[in-house]
Amino acid sequence: MPTYTFVVNGKPVTVDAPADLALLWVLRDKLGVRGPKFGCGIGVCRACTSHLNGAEIQPCVTPVAECAGQSVTTIEGLASGDDLHPVQEAWLEQDVAQCGYCQPGQIMAAVALLRTKKEISDEDVDRIANVCRCGTYFRIRQAIKSAAAKM
Amino acid sequence: MTCDNEVPVPPAGAPVRRRQFLAFLVAAPVLTVAVPGTAEAVIPTLPQPAEILDLGDVLILAGTPTAGALAVLSVGEDGVVTLDLPRAEVGQGITTACAMLVAEELDLPLGQVRVTLADARPELLMNQLTGGSNTMRSVYGPVRQAAAAARARLLAAAAGQYGVDVSGLSTRDGAVILPDGRPVLYGLLTSAAAQLTGVFAAQPKPASEHRLVGTPQSRIDARAMVTGQFQYTLDRDVPGAMPAVVRRPPTINGSVRSVDSAKARAVPGVLAIGVVPTGVAVVAETFGQAMAARDALEVTWNPGTVDSLSDKEIRAELRAAALPFAVPPLLTQHLDMEFDFAFVSHAPMETNSAIADVRDDRAEIWAGLKSPIVARQTIAAAIGLPESAVTVHVTQGGGSFGRRLFFDAAIEAAQISKTLRRPVKLMWSRTDDMRHGRARAASHHKLRATFALGNVLTFEHRVASVETDFRHGLGEILTATAASLPVAGNLSFAQTVFLTTCKVPYDFGVVTSLLNEVPLRMHTGSWRSVYSANTRGAEEVLVDQLAARMGKDPVAFRREHLKTARQRAVLNKVVAEGDWGRAMPRGFAQGIGFHDEYKSCTACLVEIDARDPRNPRVVKAVIAVDVGRPINPRGLEAQMLGGLTDAISTTLRAGLHIDRGLPLEGSFSQFHYARQKDTPKDVRIFVMPATGEPGGAGELGVPAAVGAIANAYARATGVVPRSFPINFPVDFEPFPR
Repeated sequence: MPTYTFVVNGKPVTVDAPADLALLWVLRDKLGVRGPKFGCGIGVCRACTSHLNGAEIQPCVTPVAECAGQSVTTIEGLASGDDLHPVQEAWLEQDVAQCGYCQPGQIMAAVALLRTKKEISDEDVDRIANVCRCGTYFRIRQAIKSAAAKM
Repeated sequence: MTCDNEVPVPPAGAPVRRRQFLAFLVAAPVLTVAVPGTAEAVIPTLPQPAEILDLGDVLILAGTPTAGALAVLSVGEDGVVTLDLPRAEVGQGITTACAMLVAEELDLPLGQVRVTLADARPELLMNQLTGGSNTMRSVYGPVRQAAAAARARLLAAAAGQYGVDVSGLSTRDGAVILPDGRPVLYGLLTSAAAQLTGVFAAQPKPASEHRLVGTPQSRIDARAMVTGQFQYTLDRDVPGAMPAVVRRPPTINGSVRSVDSAKARAVPGVLAIGVVPTGVAVVAETFGQAMAARDALEVTWNPGTVDSLSDKEIRAELRAAALPFAVPPLLTQHLDMEFDFAFVSHAPMETNSAIADVRDDRAEIWAGLKSPIVARQTIAAAIGLPESAVTVHVTQGGGSFGRRLFFDAAIEAAQISKTLRRPVKLMWSRTDDMRHGRARAASHHKLRATFALGNVLTFEHRVASVETDFRHGLGEILTATAASLPVAGNLSFAQTVFLTTCKVPYDFGVVTSLLNEVPLRMHTGSWRSVYSANTRGAEEVLVDQLAARMGKDPVAFRREHLKTARQRAVLNKVVAEGDWGRAMPRGFAQGIGFHDEYKSCTACLVEIDARDPRNPRVVKAVIAVDVGRPINPRGLEAQMLGGLTDAISTTLRAGLHIDRGLPLEGSFSQFHYARQKDTPKDVRIFVMPATGEPGGAGELGVPAAVGAIANAYARATGVVPRSFPINFPVDFEPFPR
């Protein structure tokens, strides 16, 4: 089985895995990194949303081979120790989470959006297509705007 | 409603004895309608069953014998107080609300309270079921009483240790305050308190002294969730438990005829393959590899239970099943309307999942379970072990909406573990979850209102629904409490649930609501608000049309016919805050809906942009809610927001198409639950002041919003919706079966 070396949340990792195994299962089942959640396996619910070299990806449809030599960041790698990322802080301030299952992906999508734009419009927020089955969308919108104002 | 065994009598002005009154309502009544001589007064409607005893009362009644054992509190030497709660947290915020109750009674900072979810506790009998919006109603008393007793014990321990009288002691910030003002932390007293003998009953604080309860608090588990540290079922490590998935049949309830697993066994990482009652199980080193092997299986299947049925046949059966009206449309003016509602997947973000470790002499299960006692009984029977050998752990769930009342994943995981003789982590794929999971049953609704001289004389609703499955322990509860139910005759569980949850909140003269069910062997289950989203949603649409026929404004008409001042207050609140009647551009409109259930009521006012009727968006929502006594207003607002999003989804776009025995929808690209772009940019929620005991909140938000959205759509487009979801094409290529 091929071997792949890449960086997860700042630490180098090496895994044996079939080239087409989705990054999500490498993270969750081989590395024990379980912040990214399974919700669909086809990249449409976006509960697993993480970053590859700082840009948004859906690990459930990203083959591990594509990550070789790259840097993966999951929700676990967003905070600096006990210092939360401003988006995580905004999520707490707005008390966004209900069941919480989609929120790691929602937060990672929001962080990726805020990296590309300083001024966030409602239309920008509308383009985040992550599903929240608890229906927390309005609080997500408020949290993103609040984080954008502080960043 | 209190927890005693008395059924409250109907309010004054309804001078009927209980049995007579019930027979009158439940049996198809012989109606004697007095046409009033003037148009001044609305014609009062006698109380309906749900106004006398609702499903939540039934659950509380069934739990009363064990209420004293419900709340298990422990005070640690670190001063942390832990409540082991025999309910399921699935996102509704009950652990936070319960922590607040404990912190309040013990004068403890909220951060020093932990809430764990109790394993299945068979001694609780019928008091470990999470449903019917009943948690805060059923635990408000017991949790506060347990915490008050713990406080009394800590005070007694301090009195003994410091040789002072209890009357000179008080509590503050997690400490007993001695007469000289010195604090003694609870953690220093817990060991001595545990040695004390005697009964330490104490009255909880009166609500007037609450300092924390009733104030907005953030979720106690929020930080773990936003940092990815929070553990759902499959995030746990259980020694040896490996990923498992199941290849499922091409139609609902199909079974395996033959399997060729040669290709699947050659997939890297595969550990074991075996046939279980629901399909073919594959265990592998990772879920990705298990799914690859699942897809490589060659399986032939026996037929399922509804292979010949598609939406068209189901809808025809439902239409035929709706019971006839009692009132002929003679002599009076009348309005008839019919509505259809599609099946809807629960689709919690965390798919059906469980961990099972079954050995020859014992079994251990982990899953998000809302009825763990019945789950334990059923699992024990399924794997041939005595119940006492089965431990069932309840894990916090990633959403439920009624889904986790059923424990099918837990049974299946146990069967796989037993068959393959290894511990497993079972995960359903999203397609499994939508096609072979549970769904809200499709329903057909026939309504008729008659009116004369400006008054509504009769209001009839006939609901025909595919059978909703309640075989998750509710049946036992209903059987046990049957004598207390305000219903006559041998109603089915479903009819009992219908009658104890759905009620028309208006004085509309003679009101009858009847359910008839079509038993189809499909996987259905209560979906947030059970029958009310459809039943009350349809009624709210009819109310708007009735108002129009009678020449009244929808708000003025409702205000005139609502039964209580409390109901009118929430309506008035959204009317004022939402600026009802303001001018809207062409293609936009406001809509209003109202709902009352489980001792709570709510009104919802929405504004819709339906310039493109095939792609409407709710752009604003104003909601007022009165739950009697809000424990955590911030959590309550979250529940109302969730109910609104559910209503937006199921009213406008989200449903399941059934095609030859299987739902076509297989993922969120096909089942159109709302995304950010489909939801309002402006939501305002107003929590009314506390007036009494806590009512239900978890399901309350859906029905009023369904009505409001449908009414807004009708006003914006001129087309009154009759079939839900309103826009429901098969706009995707279904996955292979």
